[in-house]
Amino acid sequence: MTGTVAIVGASVGGVRTAQALRAEGHRGPIVLIGAEPHLPYDKPPLSKQFLAGAWDHDRLALLTEADAAADGIELRLGVAATGLDRAGRTVELADGTRVGYDTLVVATGATARPSPWPAESGVHVLRSLEDGEGLRAALAETGPVVVVGGGFIGAEVAATAHAAARPVTIVDPLPAPIARVLGDEVGRLVSDVHRRHGVTTRFGTGVRDVVGHAGALEVTLTDGTVLRAGTVVVGIGAEPAVDWLAGSGLELDNGLVCDEYCRAVGHPEIFGVGDVARWFHPHHGEHVRVEHWTNAVEQAACVAHNITHPETPVAYRPTEYVWSDQYDWKIQIAGRPSRAAGLDLVGDPSSDPPRFAALYRGEHGELSAAVTVNWPKLLVAARRLITAGTPYEEGLSVLDKLITPATGGAS
Amino acid sequence: MAKLTADPDLCQGYGNCLTTASDVYDIDDDGKVVLLTDTIPEADRARVEAAARSCPVRALGVVDG
Repeated sequence: MTGTVAIVGASVGGVRTAQALRAEGHRGPIVLIGAEPHLPYDKPPLSKQFLAGAWDHDRLALLTEADAAADGIELRLGVAATGLDRAGRTVELADGTRVGYDTLVVATGATARPSPWPAESGVHVLRSLEDGEGLRAALAETGPVVVVGGGFIGAEVAATAHAAARPVTIVDPLPAPIARVLGDEVGRLVSDVHRRHGVTTRFGTGVRDVVGHAGALEVTLTDGTVLRAGTVVVGIGAEPAVDWLAGSGLELDNGLVCDEYCRAVGHPEIFGVGDVARWFHPHHGEHVRVEHWTNAVEQAACVAHNITHPETPVAYRPTEYVWSDQYDWKIQIAGRPSRAAGLDLVGDPSSDPPRFAALYRGEHGELSAAVTVNWPKLLVAARRLITAGTPYEEGLSVLDKLITPATGGAS
Repeated sequence: MAKLTADPDLCQGYGNCLTTASDVYDIDDDGKVVLLTDTIPEADRARVEAAARSCPVRALGVVDG
């Protein structure tokens, strides 16, 4: 294929699509458009190694100018896409220029939900490099840190701030925040990571208001408690970045709606990749949108294949996978534990550091998901069995060979 | 032929490399990457490079041998 591929969004999904297109033999021009002025960078370290000060900017690089030149990728950075002329097959950019395409890849990701409270300064979200730089500077100050939101980003920031010797309180309206993803029983075990590391939790309590300024903030909780903070971090989720597609005629509903080949519904020359794409997952039988690094990488590879092989497109049906590093706990999740019909716990959650896993039985009697803490080898094996659609009991007996030497039995 | 590199100090046991190239990569009991071979034929290179690129901490390399 020799047409022009325009990729809007220069984070991991867009960059990996560009690279995979070359690996798949695409010979035509590739234009990679990014709103931010920086060279493409990787986001997972922003809440961990970068925030802690252990890694600097060069460790975040996803694509250097030399990489781009070697692969013939034209970079249009520092200029956001503002509109799409679908009939004319052009992307409109903020500087008034236009980029024509034969194939368009939408990879604009998601943006952090902003703080809904009126504090003047000192309230941070964490999504972009600027956010990371700002929060890193703030964590170098003193005073208590209040983290609003006990999801992955909030939990990782809390762990990093705790390691930086800041007193930390983490607040979430749910009694066990990670139960949203893991279910109640395992959610309670994993959410306990904060308390076990001496971080104060106010779970089951919401935030009513945040006022003040950096160094002198007051966080009022729904039970009337007032927490004083030098820094507040708000991690309350993200929204797919589709504003620039309003009025384009593309179907937008919690992201860009795509078919099982990741093509925008009704528009086979337009593809979605990463956090912005809500595609039909043929195994789950429903549209899903996944905000995880590995999904962006795997979806990029699938989209590059489908662009270069239009006669033999491959349906995208990944096994979801995400990791989170909190304190000395490595939490890894494969599959969809929130949809499970039952589970077995293996290993020892009470050891220090713990090493345990939850294995989930799906609605059709299959091994549908696994959650491991400090047990990467077990996760790798379980992930493979989940992808293969292995019946639950059979999967358990395979995994038992890994479990038994460590713990003396699977159940 | 292409040569494989792996840095166990960087490796965090995320395991993405094993989903596309379990013939080349394995993981040990400590959750660190193990190379099952030092070299691969050119025919496998694109697939193994994709597996190496799926490493979130860039612990893996494929270089001209």
